[in-house]
Amino acid sequence: MSKKPEKLIDKKGLRLDGRKPDELRPIEIEVGVLPNTDGSAYIRQGKNKILAAVYGPREMHPKHLALPDRTVLRCRYHMAPFSVQERKSPAPSRRDIELSKVIREALEPSVFLEYYPRTGIDIYIEVLEADGGTRCASITAASLALAEAGIPMQDLVVACAAGKVDDTIVLDLMDTEDKVGEADVPVALMPNLNAITLLQMDGILSLEEFEKAVNLALEGCRKIYPMQKEALKAKYVNVEEVEE
Amino acid sequence: MPTFFERRQLVTPGDLLAEGAYIPGDNTYKEDKKIYASRLGLVEYEDKKVNVVALKAFYVPMVGDTVIGTIVEVGFNGWTVNINSPYPALLRASDVLSRPFRPQRNDLSEVLNIGDLVIGKIVAYDRAHDPQLTVGEPGLGKITRGQVVEITPSKIPRLIGRKGSMISMIKEETGCHIILGHNGMILVTGKSLENEQMAIMAIHKIEEESHTAGLTDRIAQMIEEEKTKQEG
Repeated sequence: MSKKPEKLIDKKGLRLDGRKPDELRPIEIEVGVLPNTDGSAYIRQGKNKILAAVYGPREMHPKHLALPDRTVLRCRYHMAPFSVQERKSPAPSRRDIELSKVIREALEPSVFLEYYPRTGIDIYIEVLEADGGTRCASITAASLALAEAGIPMQDLVVACAAGKVDDTIVLDLMDTEDKVGEADVPVALMPNLNAITLLQMDGILSLEEFEKAVNLALEGCRKIYPMQKEALKAKYVNVEEVEE
Repeated sequence: MPTFFERRQLVTPGDLLAEGAYIPGDNTYKEDKKIYASRLGLVEYEDKKVNVVALKAFYVPMVGDTVIGTIVEVGFNGWTVNINSPYPALLRASDVLSRPFRPQRNDLSEVLNIGDLVIGKIVAYDRAHDPQLTVGEPGLGKITRGQVVEITPSKIPRLIGRKGSMISMIKEETGCHIILGHNGMILVTGKSLENEQMAIMAIHKIEEESHTAGLTDRIAQMIEEEKTKQEG
């Protein structure tokens, strides 16, 4: 494992990877990468590499889990054994299960579940490489995969984290900052409705710091949102060009 | 009462399409007098109605629709048919067999077996029940010849064209008999394999370029070129 750095923010106010406190990592998003699925997306955020796949709505199996009034949204967040420096057991860990639930609950408000009763939608998230903030990147990608699958949604969901590192509130924490820093606040947002669907806090923050962190994270979400939209449209750009 | 997009512009879920006294149409929803898109697609403003033509959608059954499906299960009293939708369709044995039948004696797989293709019409469907098919009308029943192609169900209206202009043109030019399933499955039967191939090519081209103007003419031209190629 890499050594614990002494300073997370240098004298110039820059972070370990040279970012300013309110700067995001470079993000690349691609939609429709897996032809065998109904919808899929791939996101690279810094060193994070995450694949999201969506199947459905389809008949629910096992049948007894189907609900008479709405679709069941199921989500599996999984980290590949090679996604971290120390091999991770491929079996779902306590953390995997918790994140699956958290991501599902962040996406649920965006989907019109009541349109297709007695069916199920499955979301599979594979983290190929992890470097902090995977839950947020996963939500951003999974939401795109849902949209690409043609599932009716209120809005896209975009997520971003903020936190406290060396007494400074910073945006989009990477792994070291997350582990060594004081606090981490992941936030998921439906930008057009201005509704927060996920808000967590890990660590200790004062009330003012918390507010500052949430606002910074929301700002981050609004920066990622246009990229997310662009990625979704990019798949159909050819269609658009022919039109003119 | 402003609208926020040009006609036929690409929108993503959550995009604000119009504000004020507009009526939400396909793939949109209304909240606080504001109309948002709920699917990825192209906006259409029709008077007061705002529609989004989805670029990708799955088939949702509707009573009266003609669909083409595959038998996936043979039961005691009927068959389960995959119609490319979130819900499987049911086809009852009493609907297919005109003679009286007893589940103990008759083997339904002799009539329709797994993998067989059928054209059916949806006679009943609601939120609580799976769709039910009938084959008891002219033109419906087991498919014995021809080829089945699959396209996105949301593009079936484009394939039909205005008052059926597109589909009748293809039928005429290729001499093929074409049956459109509302679920995106299309049966093409022609006099020769070449004719069928030509019709299928045209269908795929329409699916790809469904948003372009003057498509009917271009498709006609394409078929014409194909024809001369085959003759030459």
